[in-house]
Amino acid sequence: MLKPLVDDLSETTVSRRRVLGSALFWASWGIVVVILGVIGGGVLRCLYPRALYEASKIFKVGSPESYKIGSVNLVTGRGVWIVREQEGFYAILAKCTHLGCQPIWYEDQQVFKCPCHGSRFHKDGVNFAGPAPRPLDRLYLSLSSDGRLEVDKGKTASLDYRLKA
Amino acid sequence: MNIFIQMWRSLFRTGVTDSPVHRVFRVVVNFSLHLHPARVSKNGIKTTYTFCLGGLNVLFFVMTAITGGLLMIYYTPDVDKAYANMLDLENVIPFGTFLRNLHRVSAHAMVIAVSLHMLRVFLTASYKSPREFNWVIGVGLLLMTFLLSFTGYLLPWDQLSYWAVTVGTTMAENTPIVGAKGPFSVLGPEEDMRFILLGGTSIDQPTLIRFYFAHCVGLPGALVGLMALHFWRVRKAGGISRPL
Repeated sequence: MLKPLVDDLSETTVSRRRVLGSALFWASWGIVVVILGVIGGGVLRCLYPRALYEASKIFKVGSPESYKIGSVNLVTGRGVWIVREQEGFYAILAKCTHLGCQPIWYEDQQVFKCPCHGSRFHKDGVNFAGPAPRPLDRLYLSLSSDGRLEVDKGKTASLDYRLKA
Repeated sequence: MNIFIQMWRSLFRTGVTDSPVHRVFRVVVNFSLHLHPARVSKNGIKTTYTFCLGGLNVLFFVMTAITGGLLMIYYTPDVDKAYANMLDLENVIPFGTFLRNLHRVSAHAMVIAVSLHMLRVFLTASYKSPREFNWVIGVGLLLMTFLLSFTGYLLPWDQLSYWAVTVGTTMAENTPIVGAKGPFSVLGPEEDMRFILLGGTSIDQPTLIRFYFAHCVGLPGALVGLMALHFWRVRKAGGISRPL
């Protein structure tokens, strides 16, 4: 014999009021979370400026003739060394590969020493002492159309990179 | 005459009647007495149990806050002025050197006192239930203390500041996930943790102003908030821990 359907439902289901109430409850929390997320995202986004007022990554460093063969020259304010060897030019980023301090070139000892934690590098930028994990970064160096050397700090070059000029 | 009595009553609401009930009432309604609990366990006031380390931290924080506020009067977070302002504080402003040193020494003392406080809490096992979460808040306070020291380091804008923050933010660059060069990094060099800290790719004016804001507003605000929570939980846990 069939039992009335209504009784069955009352045993196993919840009321419409409760379903709607619960839906409204979670929807409200959803709205709160979304609003807080938008505010949080906005705060985070505002930490990233749209424009940076920083010096250009590409800059000229004078004519090739102004560098003596065998010399290491710091481009003041740019944090770059221009090294001229018999085989050509290369540019080294003056930023220690350990924690970012600026090493100092010792002409008499022909060595770069980092004052922060004592890392040492050969003239070609290869590390040989201290905590630095890898050689100093080589930068892309080219000859611009007006015959001057041009450094691009945004591009790194390999350790055997030489500009012949 | 009535007006003076009314003014006095508005300040001290309990009147002058001396009875045990009034004494308790006076403690309950008075704000500065309310800061201390009405009842303290014998153990809680024993100097060799707490060594007053939590209280010393509050003292050092208040010292740094007051001296810091005074330093703000003579300091401009501008890369062309900051170093000169610092030299002026040293050489031109009366008691400027004293003020700076007071700020500096209090800050150092706070780092030491926070560490010793944590050691004391650990050795007396005061981190145990119901105080587990208060230990977590304490770790937050330790972190705030360290970050305050770090951000304050940049403000004199001298060689020491510059290279110390270079080292610190390069470490941030090596943070897992959010650092550009760290393990599992997902962000590039112009969107990672270091970039947010510096406000650019090198330490410059945006960095100084960010560190200044964090040092003078953001971190002290967070520290005060956490401190309030920390003390409230100490009180709710039944005061300072005691041997069982």
